[in-house]
Amino acid sequence: MCGIVGVLTPPGSRVDVDLVRRMVTTIRHRGPDGVGVCADQHVGFGHARLSIIDIAGGSQPMSIEDKSLWITFNGEIFNYIELREELIKKGHRFTTQSDTEVILRLYQQEGEKCVERLNGQWAFAIWDAPRQKLFLSRDRLGVRPLFYTQCGDRFLFASEIKALMACSDLDCQLDLKAIDQIFTFWVTLPSTTAFLGIKQLPPGHSLVVESGRLRVYEHWRLNLSPEIDDHAVDGAGEARLRDELFALLLDATRLRLRSDVPVGTYLSGGLDSTLITALAKQAAGNRLRSFSVAFEDNEFDESSFQQEASAFLQTQHSSVRCSGGDIARVFSDVIWHTEQPILRNAPAPLFQLSRLVRESGFKVVLTGEGADETMGGYDIFKEAKIRRFWSRRPESSWRPLLLRRLYPYMDGIQRQSSSYLKRFFQVNPEDLDNPFFSHLPRWRLTAKLKTFLSSEVRAELRSYNSMNELEATLPNSFKSLRPFNKAEYLEAMLLLPGYILSSQGDRMAMAHGVEGRYPFLDHRVVEFAAKLPPRLKMKVLDQKHLLKQAAHGLIPESIRKRHKQPYRSPDGCSFFGSAESEIADMLSSDQIKRNAIFDPQTVAALAHKFRSGSNTSVADNMAIVGILSTQVLVDRFVNLRDHNRREKICR
Amino acid sequence: MPLEMASVTQQVRAFIVQNYLFDRGDQLTDDQSFLESGIIDSTGVLELVAFLEKTYGIAIDDDELIPENLDSIDRISKFLKSKLS
Repeated sequence: MCGIVGVLTPPGSRVDVDLVRRMVTTIRHRGPDGVGVCADQHVGFGHARLSIIDIAGGSQPMSIEDKSLWITFNGEIFNYIELREELIKKGHRFTTQSDTEVILRLYQQEGEKCVERLNGQWAFAIWDAPRQKLFLSRDRLGVRPLFYTQCGDRFLFASEIKALMACSDLDCQLDLKAIDQIFTFWVTLPSTTAFLGIKQLPPGHSLVVESGRLRVYEHWRLNLSPEIDDHAVDGAGEARLRDELFALLLDATRLRLRSDVPVGTYLSGGLDSTLITALAKQAAGNRLRSFSVAFEDNEFDESSFQQEASAFLQTQHSSVRCSGGDIARVFSDVIWHTEQPILRNAPAPLFQLSRLVRESGFKVVLTGEGADETMGGYDIFKEAKIRRFWSRRPESSWRPLLLRRLYPYMDGIQRQSSSYLKRFFQVNPEDLDNPFFSHLPRWRLTAKLKTFLSSEVRAELRSYNSMNELEATLPNSFKSLRPFNKAEYLEAMLLLPGYILSSQGDRMAMAHGVEGRYPFLDHRVVEFAAKLPPRLKMKVLDQKHLLKQAAHGLIPESIRKRHKQPYRSPDGCSFFGSAESEIADMLSSDQIKRNAIFDPQTVAALAHKFRSGSNTSVADNMAIVGILSTQVLVDRFVNLRDHNRREKICR
Repeated sequence: MPLEMASVTQQVRAFIVQNYLFDRGDQLTDDQSFLESGIIDSTGVLELVAFLEKTYGIAIDDDELIPENLDSIDRISKFLKSKLS
């Protein structure tokens, strides 16, 4: 795992090698083991290396013997051994043992379609000198990031936005539409970033720059049309599918243990990470090292389950204990790495966790991400199912009782009276046909955050509707999906790459040079899950039903059967209290006015609510984290850059 | 102590404006539904209940936690009047 950068200039001009070097220096945290830069006439690649496979021979950027193909690659190709053997049989001669060279040779053999053969997580660029073609690709689910921009006549790409900003000619402004998107969906739309003019290559897409033209196309799509009929699966059929799922997961885990350095696991105490740790134990056959986050606040702490899982699987376990104050202390650095506003503090403890992993001598971890999206784990799926079920008989008195089954870990919901619960979750008849039925309550709640925007920003966004833009980007096939699959698609398209794998995943792990690997996101597992009838993913209201069957006997029963407890951490309260953090200064009227994104008066009223120790709602907490993270983002990316530019001019 | 309803209404309004509308309460009318206007979200009602119990020294039973009692400034005022009379 590494960091990549590159610059392409028009024919006839020379690439600025110093720029490539400056770009790669900004993301040295992604690859502290070495830096490489190479340049042809008008193309330059840079690479910050975290050496994991072929430590001696895998340096990058890498080329084939005649220098006709160059690559800079971030990620892992887990089936590289099999692909290498296949290519050798076809006459290719390898000079290294690395997966990087496998991509190069495979590209040489199959061209752009080579990505269809890869089982892995990748963001890479290949310079095809004979064709004068730049080819970029990103993995199917968006595990590894890849950003790009056009700066004058130069095309720039990088693993992180901050590397693009090493180009002093690049304008750096917040994209207000992206803020609107985040303050609705929690994430930007797949090709958008928080900054104007800077794009990201969506998951499952490739990009080609050739003859002065840029082309982006999809190389893989999540097809969520179940091929197995809901009612054709009897008990024996279910058992067969369970065994097939188990075999696939075991193989996905086995492949992800391929490494020339030791591999650890994250063990949160939930079903997914415990199962992955169990499979890793089975595949590796040795004692594993596991890591977790523990919280001082009991509401979020899962230590007892983590210890139980560790004892059961006999791992050597370490955890980092995290308080609200700890979150506030690292918050600014967390936003430097997320490079986008966030609405929950949950990335911050993971930032501390990756530091623990690195300090423990590990740079690769397996984690359980991806199971909620692919196996029917999210509460939002359950919420949508209950709401739709109830809406078919709105007069029913017992159907709304099911609402009590929602969010058992959220005190604020559980203490609601029945009549209020009904009002909050009731279905407006016109919403039933809305393509976003499952997500409307969440998005409408989140959209309340926009009331904190300044009147100028709100005026600018008056004619913009992020849900309309999302709807316009959906494939035609979305309309014909079943309601459950629609909800899954939206999670896999938006929250998974935009937040789970990014703000909570790659960016927090790579902040300390740690690579995450995700067996649930092996495309064979994802494609298998996509074929399953929804009934096997959520049987009545039993989330991840088939996965739980596959986990039987491998993990403690108390963990297999426990209610889903999403990973959460202290939010707004982290910044206030007896020792108010410095970061809360970002909410002062002066600072709010300076950045001109939010309204000083409403922000002051919100901050007062937290400072006075009043009860706060979910929306209040999202608002305070969203405002603070936006303020930090503007400060560290836009203001600091303006300041540095002025300094440079003065000098 | 006799309850001055006009001042209760004012206190409730001030609480709603400060805590749910963050001082942007110019448009809020006394009969406006909090739920229909999206002023109170799924976890926000508990804040309101805590405020009423603490400020007026009352205990609100679960079966009183219904929109008919709490969903507008007018409804809260009427509810408080009946609780305190």
